This record gives sequence, structure tokens and C-alpha cells, in this order.
Amino acid sequence: MKHVLESVESQFETFQILNENGEIVNQDDMPELSDDELKELMRRMVYTRILDQRSIALNRQGRLGFYAPTAGQEASQLGSQFALEKDDFILPGYRDVPQLIWQGLPLYQAFLFSKGHFHGNQMPEDLQALSPQIIIGAQYVQTAGVALGMKKRGAKTVAITYTGDGGTSQGDFYEGMNFAGAYKAPAIFVVQNNGFAISVPRELQTSAKTLAQKAVAAGIEGIQVDGMDVLAVYAATKHARDRAVAGEGPTLIETLTYRYGPHTMSGDDPTRYRSEEMDNEWAKKDPLVRFRKFLEGKKLWSEEEENKVIEEAKEDIKQAIKDAEKYPKQKVTDLIGNMYEELPSNLVEQMEEYKAKESK
Amino acid sequence: MAQMTMIQAITDAMRTELKNDENVLVFGEDVGKNGGVFRATEGLQAEFGEDRVFDTPLAESGIGGLAIGLATQGFRPVPEIQFFGFVYEVIDSISGQMARMRYRSGGRWTMPITVRAPFGGGVHTPELHADSLEGLMAQQPGLKVIIPSTPYEAKGLLISAIRDNDPVIFLEHMKLYRSFREEVPEEEYTIEIGKADVKREGKDVTLVSYGAMVHSCLKAAEELEKDGISAEVIDLRTVSPIDIETILESVKKTNRAVVVQEAQKQAGIAANVVTEIQERAILHLEAPVLRVTAPDTVYAFSDAEEVWLPSHKDIVEKVNTVLNF
Repeated sequence: MKHVLESVESQFETFQILNENGEIVNQDDMPELSDDELKELMRRMVYTRILDQRSIALNRQGRLGFYAPTAGQEASQLGSQFALEKDDFILPGYRDVPQLIWQGLPLYQAFLFSKGHFHGNQMPEDLQALSPQIIIGAQYVQTAGVALGMKKRGAKTVAITYTGDGGTSQGDFYEGMNFAGAYKAPAIFVVQNNGFAISVPRELQTSAKTLAQKAVAAGIEGIQVDGMDVLAVYAATKHARDRAVAGEGPTLIETLTYRYGPHTMSGDDPTRYRSEEMDNEWAKKDPLVRFRKFLEGKKLWSEEEENKVIEEAKEDIKQAIKDAEKYPKQKVTDLIGNMYEELPSNLVEQMEEYKAKESK
Repeated sequence: MAQMTMIQAITDAMRTELKNDENVLVFGEDVGKNGGVFRATEGLQAEFGEDRVFDTPLAESGIGGLAIGLATQGFRPVPEIQFFGFVYEVIDSISGQMARMRYRSGGRWTMPITVRAPFGGGVHTPELHADSLEGLMAQQPGLKVIIPSTPYEAKGLLISAIRDNDPVIFLEHMKLYRSFREEVPEEEYTIEIGKADVKREGKDVTLVSYGAMVHSCLKAAEELEKDGISAEVIDLRTVSPIDIETILESVKKTNRAVVVQEAQKQAGIAANVVTEIQERAILHLEAPVLRVTAPDTVYAFSDAEEVWLPSHKDIVEKVNTVLNF
């Protein structure tokens, strides 16, 4: 009996395809991606790294509001999104804006979300996604519902959601996985384990050796992936998606990753809880560095191409922040108008009050 | 027409909407094969199948999340929370999520969800079954909160709730489930949400109430009539939003009012009614608007319900205070 824990933990070894030097260490699980697709993955990761750098700068200038840095998590965020189809449904957490952007959210709307404008949350009609969830865990129970809905409709699509390592301690985390498991619903639950929930290290969340093994409690499949390896994240998500649409139920994917920046731009100082040594250790694992080496080895990537992406990103960001700043300001009557299909009596009255105020 | 108890009328409303709209889904703990712990969903799974009426794991928060997710896929969820005392487990899904979805998405996503739940005292339930927590829900923008007091109203209001394209909390008083029968049309009909009903006309004092207390008010009104006092009884039916117009019309006629609720004084929605009256009709008042409520303690141990719950005698007493002010 005393070996139960060990035998459970041994089921969750880290899945890796590309090592830190950009070498394929697991040819068997190498995903089938064309050269163009491989380049597109790199392009997106570089673009997103620039987006993070510019977002931090714009936040410091006061031109953006709430922002949760993403640098370091590109493989985890974009590798998983790259495995999705257009009609799959994303339920992101607050750090998961990049997945929305690459699934189709215009950049200026992502900036409006940051600034606190409702238009930032008005997902385009052809984008199946909710806006970033602030209540940690809520996206997990909702994902079970979206996935059950897809199953009932007979759709060949999946619902994917993301939380962090801290989020795995929430009740909704367990309920969401467990419901999806009980209904064999096509859901993919991603845990992006970047080692810290604000200042609290992952070891303080649970004495479980992996977060992936929490899938066992729901009776569903769990995979731990090197979250700095874009090919492994892609392959794991693709595998989970294939299982889900084949009616085999949900999967939990833990990606081992790191955020190079602070928790958010709202005053968090990671030097209070993270050592320089640790930062350096993870810098060696940078998903861009190893994928760049891999692509260069295949003669698919050059400095020139990378610079082109960087310039393109900077131009797009400049235009998008302008568009966001030009967007009409919110009025109380807009907010009232968005509350119900038909306004109840109290809001009918308040609508009149604010209309009068606004026309002065 | 058929004679129905309130629970039968509720089942009938769900059957009507399951038939009318293939997107309606009924789910919760034991609502499927078992037909619900109060038999509210009796026979529905047999009639409409496990795809439409189904059981869930025992987790209220998960049920709330399930409803939200299903709504994004075009379904019209009618989840049940077994007893409303268990709402604390699902307050984020209700108040933090579904109530806000239309607003937070700028209209991109809507939540046509009706959360049904029994509540209410007088039937000696164990802890946290009977608590009146409508006040919590009434404070959340984005929700509507309905509490029917008769079988006829339960059916018409539940059909309206299910057809509403925004989230509705539908609270069913356990003491009223089988306490009496009344004529309920077999065909479909609706009752407008947000509209009160004058249950008894009077000219000396207005009693504003909802849920089981409506019947206590009617009983009090009968006693008062023996003393020559004519009480008008208003059943709010919807406690959020409140039908101010009907209340004002009555108060302007009687010039006196008492608001009656089963919830504790610091809870419920009575304070809101009093405020609306004083803001809009103070010059019509001959006396302050007083409240009949439960005391500000935790809900009574079941053996103490009789001394703790407000009764028609408390209402008569309060009316006399207002009349002799």
C-alpha cells in the first residue's frame, strides 16, 4: 500500500519533444506540422513576446490598464491554441489574452479589455470565446457546460480552458474536471504551472508531486508537458482534442512553464519571492531560444525573418493602441443598455436620468 | 382547468416549456429518474428523455457553471438547487457570472437561465434548508427574482421566467408546495415578471408581502376586518425588480403601510420597499411604514420555528400600531 503514491506519480512523467538545445529527443511523438506551420508557430511566439514587451511599456506609460505579463509562456499559450480549430471555444483566464488574439480577437479590442472598456469583451461573432476570467476557477466549471453543450449538439468541436498552478487549489477546478468527466464531455483543461501564484510557490498549493495527477480524482486522462517546448504542448493538445472529438472525454494538461515578468503590472515585485538564480535557470529554457535553434537547424528561420516579425508586431501594436484610444468613451446609458434584453422598471427610470445628464 | 397544488403547477410549467422549446434543459441533483426531492420534476425525464432532463454530480457550483456553459451553446437551462440554503456554494456562478454575462460581453453572450430552488419555513426542515436568502439575490444587478405564492401564479411566472432571455431566480416556498389546491389552466399562459398583484382590496392600510407571508397577510386582513379595519394586501410576486407603481397607488389610497417578510429584519427586501415608499410618497403617509420580519438571528432550530417565524398575529399587531400612530 505504501507504494501507491509513487506508482501514481510515475504515470505523470514530463512529456518533451524538443530539449533546451533545440534537439528532437522524442521522434515518435513529433507532430505532423508542415514547414509553413512550424514557421507560423515561431512567428506567433516572437510576435507575442514583442506584444508582452510593448504592453508592459504601454502600461507604464498609463496607456494600458490591467495587464498580466506573458513572456516565458509563449509555448504553453500558443502551442495549445495552435492545435485548435476555428469553432473550438476558449475560456481563458486573465493571463490568456494571447490565445484569444491568435484565435481571432482584434488587437485593439485586447487593449480595450486592458483599459476597461466593454467593447474589448465583445468577441467577434466568428470567435467562440469568453473574455478573460478574473475569478480563478470559474472558467473550469463553465468549460464543462460548454463542452456538454457541444456534445448535445453533436458538434465536432472542443472547449478549452486555462488556469494557473494556484488555480488547481480551487473547488471549481475539481468540479469542472469532474463534471466534464462524468458527462464524457469534449473539454481540454490546461494548467499552466509557472511555479508561483503571485508570491506563493507551487509547493505550498499541494503536496501532490505533479498537478497533472489531479486528473485521477476526476477519472480522466492527465498529461504533464514541458511547457517551454512548443512542439510538446502542441502535440499534447492535439492528442487531447482528437480524444475529445472522438467522444473519449476530457483531458487535463499541465504545462511546466515560467513567467519572466511580474504576476501583473499592478505593483507585484517578483524579486520579493524569486531568486535571480531561478530566473536565470528558466531563461535557459526560453521557448523562443530552443525553437529558434530547431528551426535554424532546418534552415527555416533567420535573423532577417525574425526582425521582420518584430517590425510587423510593433507596427500592428502602434495602430491598435491608436484605434483603442480613438474608440468612443463609455456612457452610463451604454452600461445600463447592456444589462438586460428588456430593462426592468428601476433601470428604465435610471436610463432616463442618465440620458438627461448626458445630453446636458 | 384542473385543481393543482403549487408543486403540480410548477411541474406543469416545466412540461409546457420542455414541449415548446427543444433548447430547454432541466437538470440538478436527483431531478431525473427520481423526479426531484419534492417531485417537482416527476415524470419529466420519462417523457422527454435523459438528454433533456438529467441528474448532475453533487456540486452546486458545478451546476451553475454547467448552466452558463450550456447557455453559450444556445440552450435554455433550468437548473435546480436542491435547497436555497445551498446557494452559498454557487453564488459566484449566479451573482459573479451569469448575472453579469450580458453586460460583461457587451451583449455578445446572454444567459437565458432559470434557477429553481425551494426555501421557506414552517415545515421543520434541518439546518440551512428554510433560510430566506432572496435579499442576497435581489442585490445583484443582472438578476430577476421571483417568489410565487399560489399555484396559478407559479405556473404563469415560471413559464415567463423560462422564456426570459436573462437569468431569473425562481424561489419556491416549501410550505406552499402542497398546502392548498387551486384552479390552474391546463393550457400555457404567462404572468408578467415585475408586476405585483392586489390579492385583497382595502382602504385603511396597505400590506406589502410575498411568498408564504402573503397568506399570513390575508389571514390577518380577515381578523382586522372583524374590527372594522380594511387592509389591502399586495403580493409582490417579483421581489427584484419591485413593482413600485402598484405599491404607490395603494399607499396613496390607504396612507398607511406595513411590509411583511419571513426573512430576518436585516435581510429580505422589506427595507427596499420602505425606502421606495418614503422617497416617493412621504406626503401621503399618515404614519411611518413599519416592518414585520423575523428576528435578526440565524434561522431558527426547527423546534423553535413557531415562536420565531412571523405570524398573522404579528401582522395584526403591527397594523394596529400604524393605525394608532
